[in-house]
Amino acid sequence: MRSLVPVLVVVLGLLALWYAAVPVMNAAETLTRAERAGAVIDPPTAVERRDLSGLTLALRNPGLLGESWSLERPRLPAPHQVAAEIWATTWDEEVNGRRGIVQSGSFSNRSLIYHGGITLAATLSGFLIGSILGILLAVGIVHSRTMDLSVMPWAIVSQTVPIVALAPMIIVVLYSVGVQGLLPKAVISAYLSFFPVVVGMVKGLRAPERMDLDLMRTYSASRGQVFWKLRLPASVPYLFASLKIAIAASLVGAIVGELPVQKGGLGARMLAGSYYGQTVQIWSALFAAAVLAALLVWVIGWAERRTLRAMGVAG
Amino acid sequence: MRLSPYATPVLAALGLLAVLTLVALLTGAFSIGAVWDPRLLAILALWAAAWTLNVVLSLRVRSAGGALAVAALFGASLIVLWELTVRLYDVPQVILPPPSLVAETFAARAGTLWADFVQTILKGALAGYVIGCGAAFLVALLVDRFSFLRRGLLPLGNFMAALPIVGTAPILVMWYGFGWQSKAAVVVLMVFFPMLVNTVAGLADTTQMQRDLLRTYGASWRQTLTTLRLPAAMPFIFNGLKICTTLALIGAIVAEFFGSPTLGLGFRISTSIGQLDLGMVWASIVVAALAGTATYGLAALVERRMTFWHPSQR
Repeated sequence: MRSLVPVLVVVLGLLALWYAAVPVMNAAETLTRAERAGAVIDPPTAVERRDLSGLTLALRNPGLLGESWSLERPRLPAPHQVAAEIWATTWDEEVNGRRGIVQSGSFSNRSLIYHGGITLAATLSGFLIGSILGILLAVGIVHSRTMDLSVMPWAIVSQTVPIVALAPMIIVVLYSVGVQGLLPKAVISAYLSFFPVVVGMVKGLRAPERMDLDLMRTYSASRGQVFWKLRLPASVPYLFASLKIAIAASLVGAIVGELPVQKGGLGARMLAGSYYGQTVQIWSALFAAAVLAALLVWVIGWAERRTLRAMGVAG
Repeated sequence: MRLSPYATPVLAALGLLAVLTLVALLTGAFSIGAVWDPRLLAILALWAAAWTLNVVLSLRVRSAGGALAVAALFGASLIVLWELTVRLYDVPQVILPPPSLVAETFAARAGTLWADFVQTILKGALAGYVIGCGAAFLVALLVDRFSFLRRGLLPLGNFMAALPIVGTAPILVMWYGFGWQSKAAVVVLMVFFPMLVNTVAGLADTTQMQRDLLRTYGASWRQTLTTLRLPAAMPFIFNGLKICTTLALIGAIVAEFFGSPTLGLGFRISTSIGQLDLGMVWASIVVAALAGTATYGLAALVERRMTFWHPSQR
């Protein structure tokens, strides 16, 4: 808890910076509205204002910026606007809304909970496929020199291919063959999450020292026994470290996978917001994604602590 | 009984055939004729042959060049198998174009692809990469200097590094317009936190003994930094730089999906899909893959030169 105060100070500092940036970013819009309402602005015509930066405009008209923090479609929404939107599209929508879970029995398709659920399902299934694939590949790589030499370099190359760039194509191609819904997004998530698992698992399975391996040999242990009793337990801390990276990557994959097909999900919500200029909606979807990421990483961290404690490795 | 590694490819191919036959017999999802199809047999035979060659090579060679040959052979056999499968089974081009068509498109429209490459990689990704990594490095020095900042910023940095920052792309495209500047901004945000976390971890990677030694020399903070901490941080910094090369490409390309001028790799991919010009889509992907591999390789090469003393490089 020693770091609680510094973290709070930094967070508050960022919030203050955010509030201070709002009038600067929204200056042009705010002043145009003030002008329509009859205020005199320096400089007086829109043509003169066009080439001035937001900062100059804000500094020259300090008295007219009151509306900056409550515009309907701001370039940069204020933190409390985002918070209000998140509240309105989660609790308020579900409890009081006509489509909400209280009135209709299912989550409202306007609520972030509904869209977050769609993204979560794709993230988790992709994560599952990706980590199982990654573990299997790592086991193969550790046990076969041929696989090590031929697959490992390509696994690295596969990650320098910006897969998320392929996402729309994978989705559209699979869609044209009749596969749609969860699976295409899960494929992208799996592709993004298998690599950290492969790298971490290979490192972990090779973590036992020469001495440990020699001991197993003096016991005349078979390859299978060495694997189950020595290599696998030794790899667990590495596995969890890479699972944390993998699940974050998996979430990115799911969000990008939702961009091309507008069938719900946080990614679809962001793109829709960007089409219709609903900045507050983009920001709230962004924060929902951040909360989701934090939750997922926290769950893996919790499982890690439980497992390691049960194995007696660390407290 | 120990299996000869040379036998595994043939056994794996036969095993796959046996499993497929069994599935065909039991479920009737496809006929046995489809399994014992000469086309499938040819593909499997070729795969087993290539894999056997790989096993032979990998058990003989010990040099770095040999390892490269094994990897190259694996990649080449994948491409040949891909071509063969697409041709033998008449896979529609819309689903999977053969590599030969991709190569043709690549050669025929190299000019367009070059312009896309310049727009996305050289302007968007590179500018963002340099600004983002540079800024992260400077902030890391600050964080390292003031322990209050370290305790406050580092947990946040770790948190932010796990966030789907790609999501800020629509906002930044709205702020900075459709040009390469907005792509560079997305890249800056994407590379900043991984680079920050890595650099700070690297700067902390010295032992008490080493720091004490410098203190007995009466070294200032600056001298400690340049003679001990920065060199010690190099492996971490290069690790961050390598991770960020891929992130930069991803950021630049994805940002183009939210709006771009009429060129750029992301733009090319999304419009070519609309025209069902799959050859062009894959050619753009090849460009992105080549750029990604080349920048990663370049970072790895510089790392090898600069941190030759580190155990992982020996």
